[in-house]
Amino acid sequence: MMATVPTEYGMVLAAVLFCTGLVGLLVRRNVLFMLMSTEIMLNAAGLAFVVAGSRWHEPDGQIMFMIIVTMAGAEVAVGLALIMRFYHLFKTLDTDAADTLKG
Amino acid sequence: MNAVFYIAAAVAAVSTIMVVSRSNAVYSLLYLIVSLLSVALIFFVLGAPFIAALEVIIYAGAIMVLFVFTIMMLNLGPQTAEQERKWLSGRAWAGPSILVAILMAEMLYVLWGGDHQVEGRHIVEPKEVSVALYGPYVMIVELSSMLLLGGLVAAYHLGRRVHGDGKEQQP
Repeated sequence: MMATVPTEYGMVLAAVLFCTGLVGLLVRRNVLFMLMSTEIMLNAAGLAFVVAGSRWHEPDGQIMFMIIVTMAGAEVAVGLALIMRFYHLFKTLDTDAADTLKG
Repeated sequence: MNAVFYIAAAVAAVSTIMVVSRSNAVYSLLYLIVSLLSVALIFFVLGAPFIAALEVIIYAGAIMVLFVFTIMMLNLGPQTAEQERKWLSGRAWAGPSILVAILMAEMLYVLWGGDHQVEGRHIVEPKEVSVALYGPYVMIVELSSMLLLGGLVAAYHLGRRVHGDGKEQQP
């Protein structure tokens, strides 16, 4: 039994999404966009896991995706709380405002 | 079935590129939701229906709502109403709406395609996932609960209001 879509294509899609998120993380200076890019990258990693799990017909890939979702939830909660604190301190969302390491 | 995958993949790639290239946070959030929905459709096509549902409920639902709340909280001010009116213009919604319409057509096609669409593709049922999750991976469940508790405590700690003199206000 073979998958109807080649596994390589799913992996290529995951790589494309991951690279887009990485470029966004490196290019944008707004901390909100950087957090969104991180979400894209996490999602792409999860996609790679599910594609691999679908290739070998095993549930392990899906379980890894669940862990990634859990991690992403915790990360977003902490990250958004940090963004609120950041905005109250600096009145901006530009990460270059926080380059002194002194709150 | 292959065409469904390719079209959904194209939608995912396009919307993700739009996410990182928009200058307005709300527009890019809309495109991010489209991207997550298309990835959910890809999961469904690849034989992971449970994960597709989780992606829609948790990622596109809960996590994106957190982003929306934060954006709205950061935009308090008199210009908010004007901004709100601008966001409701048709041009802002056209792009995400078209992409979502494509996904909707694909979903209807998949749902009404009947069982013969499934042929040649192995579906990993939620039952298999659950048996594995609470069998060999049960420690992961415990660790996830601790991770979520840590995230909760950290978010609560960081989310408190701080006065200008650095003294913390009682919640």
